[in-house]
Amino acid sequence: MQKNLKAKTIAIIAVLIIFVYGIFGIPHGISGAALKQALAKNINLGLDLKGGTHLVLQVQVDEAVGSATDSDAGAIQTDLQQNGITGVTVTKPDPARPDVIQISGVPADKVSDVSSVLNSRYSARYGISSGVNNTWTLTMKNTTEQDLKQAALDKAIEVINQRINSLGVAEAVVEPYQLGSYQILVELPGVDDPGRVRDVIQSTARLETHEVLGGPWPDKQTAMQSLGGVLPPDAELMQSLPGASNEGSSAEWYELKKIPIWGGTDIRDAQPGHNPNTNEPEVDFFLTNAAGDKFAQFTSANIGKYMAIVLDNRVREVATIKGEIHDQGNIAGGGITEQYAKDLSMLLRTGALPASIRYLQESTIGPSLGADSIHQGVIASIAGMLAVMIFMLVYYRGAGINADLALFLNLVILLGFMGFAGARLTLPGIAGVILTIGMGVDSNVLIFERIREELRAGKSPAAAVDQGFSHALTTIIDTHVTTIVSAIILFLFGTGPVKGFAVTLSFGLFANFFTSVFVSRVIFDANLSRKLHGEPISI
Amino acid sequence: MELFHDVKIDWLGKKWYFLGFSLIFSIAGLLSLFFWHHLPLDVDFRGGTVVRVKFAQKPDLDRIRAAANHAGLQDVRIAQYGPAANDEVLITLSRSATSEAAIDQGRAAIVSTLSQNYATGGAENQGKLDLDNASREGLAQWLEQKDPEHMGDTSDAEVRYQQQADAVLHYRDDLHSGILPSIDELHGLVDPAVLSALQQGAYVSGFSVRSVEIVGAQVGQQLQKQAILATLYSLLGMLVYLWFRFELIYGVAAVVACFHDTLITVGAFSLMNMEISLTVIAAILTLVGYSMNDTIVVFDRIRENLRLSRREPLADVVNRSINQTLSRTVLTSGLTFLTVLSLFLFGGEVLRPFSFALVIGILIGTYSSIAIAAPMLVAYQDWRSQRGRGAALPAAKKARV
Repeated sequence: MQKNLKAKTIAIIAVLIIFVYGIFGIPHGISGAALKQALAKNINLGLDLKGGTHLVLQVQVDEAVGSATDSDAGAIQTDLQQNGITGVTVTKPDPARPDVIQISGVPADKVSDVSSVLNSRYSARYGISSGVNNTWTLTMKNTTEQDLKQAALDKAIEVINQRINSLGVAEAVVEPYQLGSYQILVELPGVDDPGRVRDVIQSTARLETHEVLGGPWPDKQTAMQSLGGVLPPDAELMQSLPGASNEGSSAEWYELKKIPIWGGTDIRDAQPGHNPNTNEPEVDFFLTNAAGDKFAQFTSANIGKYMAIVLDNRVREVATIKGEIHDQGNIAGGGITEQYAKDLSMLLRTGALPASIRYLQESTIGPSLGADSIHQGVIASIAGMLAVMIFMLVYYRGAGINADLALFLNLVILLGFMGFAGARLTLPGIAGVILTIGMGVDSNVLIFERIREELRAGKSPAAAVDQGFSHALTTIIDTHVTTIVSAIILFLFGTGPVKGFAVTLSFGLFANFFTSVFVSRVIFDANLSRKLHGEPISI
Repeated sequence: MELFHDVKIDWLGKKWYFLGFSLIFSIAGLLSLFFWHHLPLDVDFRGGTVVRVKFAQKPDLDRIRAAANHAGLQDVRIAQYGPAANDEVLITLSRSATSEAAIDQGRAAIVSTLSQNYATGGAENQGKLDLDNASREGLAQWLEQKDPEHMGDTSDAEVRYQQQADAVLHYRDDLHSGILPSIDELHGLVDPAVLSALQQGAYVSGFSVRSVEIVGAQVGQQLQKQAILATLYSLLGMLVYLWFRFELIYGVAAVVACFHDTLITVGAFSLMNMEISLTVIAAILTLVGYSMNDTIVVFDRIRENLRLSRREPLADVVNRSINQTLSRTVLTSGLTFLTVLSLFLFGGEVLRPFSFALVIGILIGTYSSIAIAAPMLVAYQDWRSQRGRGAALPAAKKARV
C-alpha cells in the first residue's frame, strides 16, 4: 500500500511536470514577462482573441465543369473532322447545364461513324444518348463531374494558399469549409483590413491567348450585326481594355475563337519587368514546354493573322503574328503600375484559379477587441475559480483541499493539452475552461457526498472512502460520456470559435476524469495512511 | 459543513405545481416565439453586416443615424452596445443591403460615413493617417514611406518601423481599447522623430472599428440548418446512450427533460429579445449535456435503490433517490452556476448571450431533472399498470459496466 502510494504520487508529479512543460515550454527566465512570453508561444490563440480576418469563400465549381466540357466540345469537333465528318455542330445548348454537350447536323450516311467516334473516345466520361434528327446528347457522368469539382476545390485551395503566402501573412489557414459544399475557409491572423487580400484572392488571373477571328467593333451590337446576327458556335465576343490594339484605341469588341491557343495552366513562370525601350513596367511570362511547342506550331502556321492576349475575360492586347513565337511573351501598356506588375506576375506564377470565387462571409476582429476579450476572459476565469475553491474549502474542510488541488491540476492538464495539441484557445474556449472548472467539481462533490453518506451509515473512514469512490464511479462515467457526446457534436458542426469551445470542453473532461477519480483518491489514501485506524477524516 | 441533512421532501406530491411552473414558462416562451419577438437571430444566421464601433466620447446615436441616412445607407440600424460607459455602437445593415457580389460595400460605406461626419478635426485631417483605425501593416508602411529617421529603403528600416508601429498599437489596443487619447501621449514610447512625424501627418479620429461581421444569405441559411441538426443529433445521441445504459423509458424521460430545458432557454432569448448566435447554440448543446448529467445522477440512484428494495412503491423510491442526491445536485449546480455567473458578470459583451444561455439553462436543467425527468418515470409506470401490463419499472440492467 505505502509503496504503491509512492509510485502513484510520482506518477502525478510527472504528469504535472509534463503538462506544465506543455503550457510554458522552457521559458527564458522565471520573471513575469518571460513566463508570459513563453505562454504566448505555446498556447495558440484563435482569431477572436488575436485579432484577424475570417473568410468563407464559395468556389463556383460549375465553371470548372463548364470549361472541361468546352474543351471536350472542341476536341469532339476536331475528332469528327479528322474522321471525315463535316458540317456537324457541337454546342452546349443550356447555359444552366454546363455538363451537357449536344451534337447536331450529322449527315445521314455518317451516323454510324459519329457513333463509333463518340463511343470509343468519350463514353468513359460521358453518358451518350442519340435523339431524333441524328442528334446526340453527351451528359457528363456524375463521378467525373464530382471529380472535376473536387479537383477545382483542391486547386483553388492550393492557389489561394500560395497567393496568401506571397503576401506575407503569417500562420494563415486555408482549408475546405466542411459546413458547406465546395467552400473554403480562410483565416488571416493579424489582418484587420482585408481589402488587399480580397483583391488578390478574388482575381481569377486566367491568362489566355486566343486567335482573333474578327473585329474590332465599337460595341457589341455592331459586332453582332456584321456577323449577320449569329455567332458561330466555336466563337465568342469579348471586350478589350482601352489601348489593346494600339496606343490610344478605346475599348472595342473582338470575335475570338472560343478555345484558347494556350491557357492559364500553361504558364511556367512570370516576372515583373520593364520595357527595354520605354522603361515602363510590364509582366514577362514563360510557357511550359508542351504549350510552347503548341504555340510555336500555331504562330508559324498563322503568320500575318491576329491573336489576342486575354486576362480574366478581357482582351488586354491584340497583336499581329509576325513570326514563330516559342515560349515567352509579355503584358505591357494600359497603365500598368509597378505594384500591379508585381501582383499580376505573382498571380500568374501561382496559377489561375480553376473557377471564380464568391465571398460568403467575412468577419474581422480588431486587435483591441481581442486584447480586451483576453483580459475579461482571464478575470472571469479567476473569479469563477476562486469562488469555487473557497466554497469547497469551507464546505468540505480537509477534503476541500483535495478538491482544490485536483481542480488546479485539472487546469494545468487542460492548458498543457492545448499547448501540446496546438489547439486554438478561442473566447468561447475560455468559457469552456471556466465551465470545466464548474463541472470539474461535480465529480468531486459526487464522491465526497457519497463518502459522507457511507460514513453516516457507520463505515470506517477507509471503507467509506473506498465505497464512496467505487459507487460514484458509474455515475461519473455516465455524466462524462454525455458531455463528451455534446462536445463531439459541437466539434463536428461548429466553426472556429465554437470548435475551440468543444476542444477545451473535451480536454477538460478528460483532465477532470483523471484528477477526480485518480488524483483525489491518492490524496485521500495518503491522508488515511498517516492516520491511526478508525481516526476520523476531515470531510 | 452540511446544508442538506437527511431531507425528506415529497417531490412527486408536488408534481402538479412543477407541471404548472414548466407550462407557464414554456407557453410564455412559445407565445413570444410565435407572436411577439419571434426568434431573434444573430447576424451569423440572419445574414447582413454588423460593424461594432468604439468612440472616444459618448456617441450621439441620432447624429450617426442622420449621417448614415445622408450617405444613402439603406436599412441601417444603430444601437448602443453594452453598458453606456463603454461608448460602443453597433451599426447593422440588413441582409438585403449586403450584396454578395460586393460583400465589403456596407462596411466601407459605414467607415467612410463615420470618418467624414464623426471624426474630430474634420477637413484639416484630409489626407492624414487615422491612427485610431490604422492596421499594424498600414502604420508600418506609412512610417517606412515617411522615413522620419532617414534610414532609406533598407531591411533595417523595415524592422525599425515595424517595432515603432508595434509600440504605438500596443499602447492603443492593449492599454486603451483601441482608441488613442491623443498622439502626444506616445511621448517616450516611440522615437522623437517618429513622434513628430505622427504629430504632423496623423490624427486620432476618436472612433475605432472593433469588429466587422459580414454574412451573406447563403451562409446564414446553411448555419441555421446546421444548428438545428446539431441540436437534434445531440438529443438523439443522449437518447441512444441512455437507452444503452438504462432502458428506453429512462432515455425518453431524460430527452423530454432536455427538450424542455432547450425550449425554455430559447423562449427566454425570445422574451428578452436577445439574439441567438452560433455560440449560443454551443451553450445550448452544452446545456443538453449538463442537464443530462443531473438527470443521470438521479436515475443512477433510482436504479440502485430499485435493486435494493423491490417491494417499495416506485414513487417512494424516486422520492428517496431525489432526496439522497439532492445535496450533490444543488451543490454542483450551485458551483457551476457560480462560475457561469462570473462569466456573465466579467466575461464581456461578446460572451454575454452565451453566458446568459448558461445561466438560464443551468437553473432550468437542474430543476428539470428533479421536476420533469423523475416524475415522468412514475407517470409511465402508472400508465402501464392502468393498462394492466407489468407494473415494475425496468431496473434489470446492471449498474456497473
